[in-house]
Amino acid sequence: MEIFGVPLQAMFGQLLLGLVNGSFYAMLSLGLAVIFGLLNIINFTHGAVYMMGAYAAYIGMTAFGIGYWPALIVAPLAVGVFGMVIERTMLRWLYKLDHLYGLLLTFGLTLVLEGLFRSVFGVSGQPYPVPDALRGATDVGFMTLPNYRAWVVVASLAVCVMTWYVIERTRLGAYLRAGTENPQLVQAFGVNVPLMITLTFGFGVALAAFAGVLAAPIIQVNPLMGSNLIIIVFAVVVIGGMGSIMGSIVTGLGLGIIEGLTKVYYPEASSTVVFVIMAIVLIVRPAGLFGREK
Amino acid sequence: MKRKLMAVLVGLALATAPLTPVFAQQAKTAAGAPRLSDGVVRIGVLTDMSGLYSDLGGAGSVAAAKMAIDDFKAAEKGKAFPIELVSADHQNKADVGAQKAREWYDTQGVDMITDALNSAVALAVAKLTAEKKRILIDTGAASTRLTNEDCSPYTVHYVYDTYSLANGTGNAIVKQGGKTWFFLTADYAFGHSLELDTANVVKASGGQVLGAVRHPLNASDFSSFLLQAQASKAQVVGLANAGGDTINSIKAANEFGLTKTQSLAGLLIFITDIHSLGLEVAQGMMLTDGWYWDQNDDSRKFGKRYFEQMRKMPSMNQAGVYSAVTTYLKAVQAAGTDNADAVMAQMKKMKINDMFAKNGYIRADGRMVHDMYLMQVKKPSESKYPWDYFTVKATIPAEQAFLPLAQSKCSLVKK
Repeated sequence: MEIFGVPLQAMFGQLLLGLVNGSFYAMLSLGLAVIFGLLNIINFTHGAVYMMGAYAAYIGMTAFGIGYWPALIVAPLAVGVFGMVIERTMLRWLYKLDHLYGLLLTFGLTLVLEGLFRSVFGVSGQPYPVPDALRGATDVGFMTLPNYRAWVVVASLAVCVMTWYVIERTRLGAYLRAGTENPQLVQAFGVNVPLMITLTFGFGVALAAFAGVLAAPIIQVNPLMGSNLIIIVFAVVVIGGMGSIMGSIVTGLGLGIIEGLTKVYYPEASSTVVFVIMAIVLIVRPAGLFGREK
Repeated sequence: MKRKLMAVLVGLALATAPLTPVFAQQAKTAAGAPRLSDGVVRIGVLTDMSGLYSDLGGAGSVAAAKMAIDDFKAAEKGKAFPIELVSADHQNKADVGAQKAREWYDTQGVDMITDALNSAVALAVAKLTAEKKRILIDTGAASTRLTNEDCSPYTVHYVYDTYSLANGTGNAIVKQGGKTWFFLTADYAFGHSLELDTANVVKASGGQVLGAVRHPLNASDFSSFLLQAQASKAQVVGLANAGGDTINSIKAANEFGLTKTQSLAGLLIFITDIHSLGLEVAQGMMLTDGWYWDQNDDSRKFGKRYFEQMRKMPSMNQAGVYSAVTTYLKAVQAAGTDNADAVMAQMKKMKINDMFAKNGYIRADGRMVHDMYLMQVKKPSESKYPWDYFTVKATIPAEQAFLPLAQSKCSLVKK
């Protein structure tokens, strides 16, 4: 059986790969959506902290002998703390200003961070091995799926669902959402709002770093790995609706799959298809698929 | 008041600036020394200092050029003519590169530009160099256009080109029984021309091309393209891409088990790429290289000296810069002038014998012709010391390595 000239088997394979890529998009855009939704900051450093997550894993392995599994926790923590320092020392002065100032600051920071890593590590990138437990591939009938890719989908979906649950369904999440809606009032109830904001930013950054560690064994750990991805991730957030958490998860996965299909039918367009969709969505629903008009 | 003072100072500086070279010119006229346009031979290393090719060229090329100048001075025992080295970042942009070259030629008296990796930059600089009648010795760019349809009497293409890469790797693999090919191609001019050159070689030696998939430059994930390559059932998957794209394709090919049933052919791979991939992933791959640090005693000596400075082994481009600068300086010495026409005529007369090439020579179209090498990446167990990465499988003789003059479209070639 064939669909538009592509055998069904191959089609399943491509859909599955789309899902793997989509889970990266979902996790990265989730961090961006959390930071934008709760802090109103367009965080351009997101690609750079994703890259830093991968480098933290690499440095941990080569300099301190920290393996992959501990790195999944240590690297996001370390990079998250770095994010909190940035928030405390720089970003907090910009909350009262227009979004553009935050964007400019974070864009500048990205250039500085990428430049630093480039000058220390060079541009060719560093290798990071797939952990022993996840080596090899499983025959799933229509394709051989590397075990590591399967793990990526499971891990990132788990993290996405957990984040959504905490923010939308728990008391802590309610505080967070209230704190961004009306900080003075929440502060009056005895909640330390500035601390909460710092922690939220740290969490968003840690999510990106986590994605970085997940990506390290698949793609070369390279100072520019974030900037290749960040533009697509921004498009995902815009399509999903700026700040919508569910929106970014669903759109991330969906776009991964659409991109995967494009790679089969017209590979030349695979890097642009996301932006075509973005343009269409912006015309039809300017607030994004899951966003609310203000 | 302050502003006025500044204006006066700037005015003074501008007024005296043109005088200094005149004094310099009068100062030197030592007997036997070459007649130099402004008393100094200036060499410019125009390269990618911080972008995706900076590991192939960049600071390493500048260091190699400096080593060449130091060695030349040492050989002349302190009697060498004055030589200056300048360097700049072209940021992989043709307009930035051409702008910098123009500034060097017009205001800084640069006589020769080298490295110039990135074909787009190289073609722009070559055109300008011909206009200004200076010399470009390109070591880093891949496009055959430099010595073919866009050849110039002022361009030398020194290290490799897409024809020699395609020819070396394509030919050898078909001979070993890799008859059916599928290409993974970067979707821009460079990728297309590398694919076309290789496909022609494959067909000419009796192989067959089953198809190709074109991926966008800097693609974030290659698994989908590799699945298509796998489905083609071709024996060989040719990687007509470069840098990070090649590295990530190879990683994904390993992960998806493609390397168990098909073999990979890297069409443009540098030793720095292998270093960053690790032998575990890269082992067994065939590629063509213009120079390898561990190929003979001279190259080893150079490689080790370079390593002491840069903490890594030189790429063929960086080694090429050393050789190009040395050849140029010898030609200036022999010609007795830094006049571009005279130096070029001298270079085309000389045989190039150094740690880079044996009996190399520059053809009428500007192509520096020398042996190329077919390499296979070693298994981790075969690698005995750091940077011990390649086994030289075959030497492709100079006469066969490059586009035959009979097929050249260069107007300088008399037929």
